[in-house]
Amino acid sequence: MKPELENMIWDKAETLNRDDLAVLQLERLKRQAAHAMNVPFYKNAFAKAGVTPDDIKSLDDIRRLPFTTKADMRENYPLGLMAVSRDDIARIHGSSGTTGKPTFVAYTKEDMKTWSNLVARFLVAGGLRAKHIAQVAFGYGLFTGGFGLHYGIETVGAAVVPASAGNTPRQLMLLEDLGVDVLICTPSYALNLAEIAAEMNCIDRLKLKFAHFGGEPWTEDMRRQIEDMLQIYAFNNYGLSEVIGPGVSGECIYRRGMHFQEDHFIVECINPKTLEPVAAGEKGELVITSLTKQAMPVIRYRTRDIASIDDSPCQCGRTGRRMSRVIGRTDDMMIIRGVNIFPSQIEEAILRIEGTAPHYLIELSRPGALDIITVKVEILPNIFSDRMSEMQNLHDRLVREIQNVIGVRPNVELVKPQSLERFVGKAKRVVDNRKLAD
Amino acid sequence: MKIKQLSVFLENKPGQLNIPCKALASAGLNILTLSLADTHQFGILRLILEEPDKGKEALEAAGCVVNVTEVVAVTVPDRPGGLAEILDLIEKAGINLEYMYAFTARKKDQAILVFRFEDPETAIEVLQKNGISVINRVELFDLAK
Repeated sequence: MKPELENMIWDKAETLNRDDLAVLQLERLKRQAAHAMNVPFYKNAFAKAGVTPDDIKSLDDIRRLPFTTKADMRENYPLGLMAVSRDDIARIHGSSGTTGKPTFVAYTKEDMKTWSNLVARFLVAGGLRAKHIAQVAFGYGLFTGGFGLHYGIETVGAAVVPASAGNTPRQLMLLEDLGVDVLICTPSYALNLAEIAAEMNCIDRLKLKFAHFGGEPWTEDMRRQIEDMLQIYAFNNYGLSEVIGPGVSGECIYRRGMHFQEDHFIVECINPKTLEPVAAGEKGELVITSLTKQAMPVIRYRTRDIASIDDSPCQCGRTGRRMSRVIGRTDDMMIIRGVNIFPSQIEEAILRIEGTAPHYLIELSRPGALDIITVKVEILPNIFSDRMSEMQNLHDRLVREIQNVIGVRPNVELVKPQSLERFVGKAKRVVDNRKLAD
Repeated sequence: MKIKQLSVFLENKPGQLNIPCKALASAGLNILTLSLADTHQFGILRLILEEPDKGKEALEAAGCVVNVTEVVAVTVPDRPGGLAEILDLIEKAGINLEYMYAFTARKKDQAILVFRFEDPETAIEVLQKNGISVINRVELFDLAK
């Protein structure tokens, strides 16, 4: 039996009418832009764009401000984008990226409070109450998911079970023995958990009511599947460490998109080629500006996430516009089982092995709960051996090298030279058969 | 005494075995014998041809990855225990055998065994010393055809 759904608002700021919200946004944008001038990078970027914070007279003026990209974040490694003194920071997290060094993000004590409150808002919107017990099956570490949700749950006043990631039988034991009400993890992990729970015949003994999923793209089909299997309601939320972590947007009980927390962020949706805003309701790249961050303000951060925005009113009373699921990326990043992976990393791993050509194709599929990554690699004649043991060894080394880089065990298929399609210009290395867009 | 064997890489998908076979057929090259090794990821086709160099050319022209190795062929009487005796010998001599395959001669009452040794020279020496008939390519073609 699925639980009753009840609409509850955690913070009345979520229901600010659009006019008052616009006034608040403008005032905060001016302040945030002025604060960003403490960062040499933003100071230079504003100068190059020929604007100053004083030029911001209306919300539309945000379009005069320069964009910030992931490359800018990398160039300012480790903490070059901080707008406060090191003495004032209270927490450092990092992006889940696996390319060499992470992108660090810092929080002041006040930032931590803001963040916890933003997470609390979407958790409450999606059923969490102070009386509940919530289990966090995100990894606890640099990744913002684990601690972000942890603090949000504490802010609501519910009990946290900080299970962290992995060890599914143990997760199920905790869920069952502690009578956990709310599950927090990636959707693919939830599906995996549900399948194992079904095999172990323990679903009936679970008290789970709600789940909050994030950290990777998923679909309505997956939602239905997980909800049917576990007899729960599953909610989607969105965020990224470069901006704050989880807490940028989240679903209410009506689940018609994720409400942006617009008193803390200005979200634009642009055409990634022309950089112009797309028409209302059209797909585009989300660009996010923080309004209240102290340690690391972000100005017009290009998320590379493709989604659309619905500005029609929602009956829950929240006034934040709602974003669709993330339906794609502007770059070639893949998210596999919650881990960010770039094809170039797989290429590096392949090239570490002599005798393989730099011709490869990555195929992603999701036949069951988990993403499967298949890497097709062309072999070169000089490595081909008549001995099965040598060929098997080559195959196994490829699996190992790729797994070392991406953290997920791939299927590796050796293919003949010249059998993979050749590209003039930018190669298409990834075929995603996961059907993430509904 | 060594004999050239061609190995061809096969992807694990339908129709892959047909590609080298067709290439040899249209070049008019006859296959004396073959063996196929496979895992669920890929396969290796091993071929003995009368004209291996031409075969290699034809296969490569058809887009196949080809590897040439030297194997050792011996004949044994086609009766129970014929193979076991030789394997015993190989084992006792401590010779490293990678793989082998067998077929029967058309003309005589004999089986032909094809061995891929790590060290074919030593293997030939040991086999011959023990009275095993190691055959050269001319003899092989004569027996097989």
